[in-house]
Amino acid sequence: MRRVLVLFAHPVLERSRVNRRLVDGIRDIEGVTIRDLYEEYPTLSIDVKREQADLLAHDVIVFQHPFYWYSCPALLKEWQDLVLEHGWAYGKGGTQLRGKITLNVITTGGPATAYQRGGYNRFTIRELLSPWDQTAHLCGMRFLAPFAVHAALKVVSDADVTGNLGGYRQLLEALRDDRIDLDAAAAAQNLALELDRVLAPREVA
Amino acid sequence: MTDSVLAQAFVYLCAAVVFVPIAKRLGLGAVLGYLIAGVVIGPWVLGLVGDSHHSVMHFSEFGVVMMLFVVGLELRPALLWELRRSIFGLGTAQVVGCAAAVAGAAIALGVDWQPAIAVGLTFAMSSTAIVLSTLSERGLLKSSGGQGSFSVLLFQDISVIPILAVFPLLGVAVASETEGGRPAWQSALLLIGAVVGVVVIGRYLVRPLFQFLAGAKLRESFTAAALLIVVGIALLMQTAGLSPALGTFLAGVLLADSEYRHELETDIEPFKGLLLGLFFITVGAQLDFGLIGSMPLTIAGMVLGTMVLKLAVIRLLGKIFGLDRPARWLLAFALAQIGEFAFVLLQFGVGNHVFSDAFAKPLIAVVAISMVLTPPLFIVLERWVLPIVSERGAKREQDVIKHADAPVVIAGYGRFGQIVGRILRASGFPLTILDLDPGVIEMLSNLGVKAYYGDASRIDLLHAAGCEHAKLFILAVDDPDEATKIAEHVRHNFPHLPIIARCRNRPHYWQLRKLGIEHVFRETFAASWESGICALRVLGYRAFTAQRLGQRWRQHEESIIEEFRRYEEEDDDATYWEKARAAMGEAERLMRQEHPTRLEEDGWDNESLRADQNVDAAAAEQQTS
Repeated sequence: MRRVLVLFAHPVLERSRVNRRLVDGIRDIEGVTIRDLYEEYPTLSIDVKREQADLLAHDVIVFQHPFYWYSCPALLKEWQDLVLEHGWAYGKGGTQLRGKITLNVITTGGPATAYQRGGYNRFTIRELLSPWDQTAHLCGMRFLAPFAVHAALKVVSDADVTGNLGGYRQLLEALRDDRIDLDAAAAAQNLALELDRVLAPREVA
Repeated sequence: MTDSVLAQAFVYLCAAVVFVPIAKRLGLGAVLGYLIAGVVIGPWVLGLVGDSHHSVMHFSEFGVVMMLFVVGLELRPALLWELRRSIFGLGTAQVVGCAAAVAGAAIALGVDWQPAIAVGLTFAMSSTAIVLSTLSERGLLKSSGGQGSFSVLLFQDISVIPILAVFPLLGVAVASETEGGRPAWQSALLLIGAVVGVVVIGRYLVRPLFQFLAGAKLRESFTAAALLIVVGIALLMQTAGLSPALGTFLAGVLLADSEYRHELETDIEPFKGLLLGLFFITVGAQLDFGLIGSMPLTIAGMVLGTMVLKLAVIRLLGKIFGLDRPARWLLAFALAQIGEFAFVLLQFGVGNHVFSDAFAKPLIAVVAISMVLTPPLFIVLERWVLPIVSERGAKREQDVIKHADAPVVIAGYGRFGQIVGRILRASGFPLTILDLDPGVIEMLSNLGVKAYYGDASRIDLLHAAGCEHAKLFILAVDDPDEATKIAEHVRHNFPHLPIIARCRNRPHYWQLRKLGIEHVFRETFAASWESGICALRVLGYRAFTAQRLGQRWRQHEESIIEEFRRYEEEDDDATYWEKARAAMGEAERLMRQEHPTRLEEDGWDNESLRADQNVDAAAAEQQTS
């Protein structure tokens, strides 16, 4: 069984539409640790040693956050800058994160169609996430396709996220129980849309 | 017209409300204010409290009775044990020494030895009420001199019991036959019996009563029970022909170690201040100007003689008991007057034929005058005596600073300065530390930190501390006036030297800012501010939201205090208050706006984006959910 760490970053969760419902919906899953970064570090002063210890204690690192300006909220960037130390996470002697699995769970305001050539965002989500891809690569981690929920601004009620929440739960459980085709998941575009394809079929007799 | 209770109460309250604030404004202290109020409404000035002294005495007696109950309550065994040396050592020495000195002087003036001893014992007493009130009003109660005074006063309160027992024995000689009254031994026996009675009541009746009341959970009945005990014991003692004040004092002591002491103290506390005020007013009203006018020199001589004698004896005792110079002087000045017990003892003396009524009358005036003189005496002590004796003491011990060249000078290394200093030391900045508390110096030296004992308001010391070449001066002394003085000196003599200053409150903030100090910090602001943020978190706000709200509020507060500096400097009261109200409204508006669900003006807002979505997809990718 893999241990899953969800590093969650949202500066104004009170006004969140999707992230709030997603994070609340996974709290009860066994084997999943949620670290609410803005709640832990309201003054933006990060406890690096503690964060590193947490990373060591888990096998799957999920970054869940809104996709602000094609990236993450400021605190999560600060977290990357401080926690992924040279000599610890990468570079000479930096082998601590090797072999771990990582992915982003993000929400975007724009619709899926905006994230393509000719769309107003001009690039695909995977292209826009390439800094994360490369960060994972440098640290020797396995980077999977994101679980991206688009058109988040249209969400008004719980019912609007039921489908995505179900998918998210399924994904986390599959990661935990090693029931996922990692190669397929790494090659996919958006796990939220391609979940059925990457989930390994349950024991076939 | 002034006979009714309401009218009397009205007069007393009026006097207190008018004179006490005036006296405080003039720097004379509340106690003197009450005394002046008493003189003014008394029979010799306005005559508002009725012509008969009796009613005034009646009030006075009740004030003392209540006060002694509270004093007794504070005399719990642990405190007694802690202060045992000063209570019984210094206390005994003071009572015996002063009594002997006064009695000796009286005998030298031709008084018989028995009344002389009685007067000596009477005049050895000091005023618990005036001294404790004045000391706490001036913040001196915790000083070593203040503690000494407290101990001696406690001992005096206790010693009244044996003194009351001794008086009847002294009386026999004057009136060879006790006329009508009880024989002396009977009085003494009665006294002991009454005391035992009070003890029995306190031990075996009061506790069950309180337990019963505690079970009923009625706050008022607790207060009522406390008052009932006081009044009841006062009544009992009066019936036995003894001092009610003494009886309630005993009752207080008995309840001091009961589990209901704190409850009682809280219940009685509001009465205490008011009743003490009443007591002081009656002392003022008691001054018999007719009598004083008829023999001014005799009375003035007795007042002066007694007080000088007591002052000299107590100062000497302070030295013998190892108090430092300022503490010795404080003790002597504090206890030089004659106390309220003297009224009781003088009456008791007359009653027991120790001396005649005519003999006692002027003595009562002497007692009252000496009490009235106490607050002015404290002013003399603080303005003229303490500066001299402290200066001399300080000069001797003032450390010589050899070649201080640290980049940072810290004046005041108490709770505030230490935090600043520790951060700087941890960051590798050498400090030159100045403090006036020998305890702090010693504590630091135990930690291996060198600090200098010295008064930072002295320019030579500032030079010696290396202000010439320092890069930063941290002004962290506790006393606001002292801080302002030091700030003025530093600004004047070392204009290049940046100052970071601690201030007490807003007016002090403005004062220091006016001196051109850029970095001024209100001493409790940061902690209160953090508590406010914590409060929001406990109330369910997200940590980061609470933090941002706090930041927003703080920016507002800091801009407001700067803006208000202008009105303060222009001394424009009307504008000040108008602006204050406006600022409060502004803060509320700001906070509500920053409310997590109603934010209007920041980058995380997505309401405008939602609207925009319907128009076109050309919006910037500030997308959130």
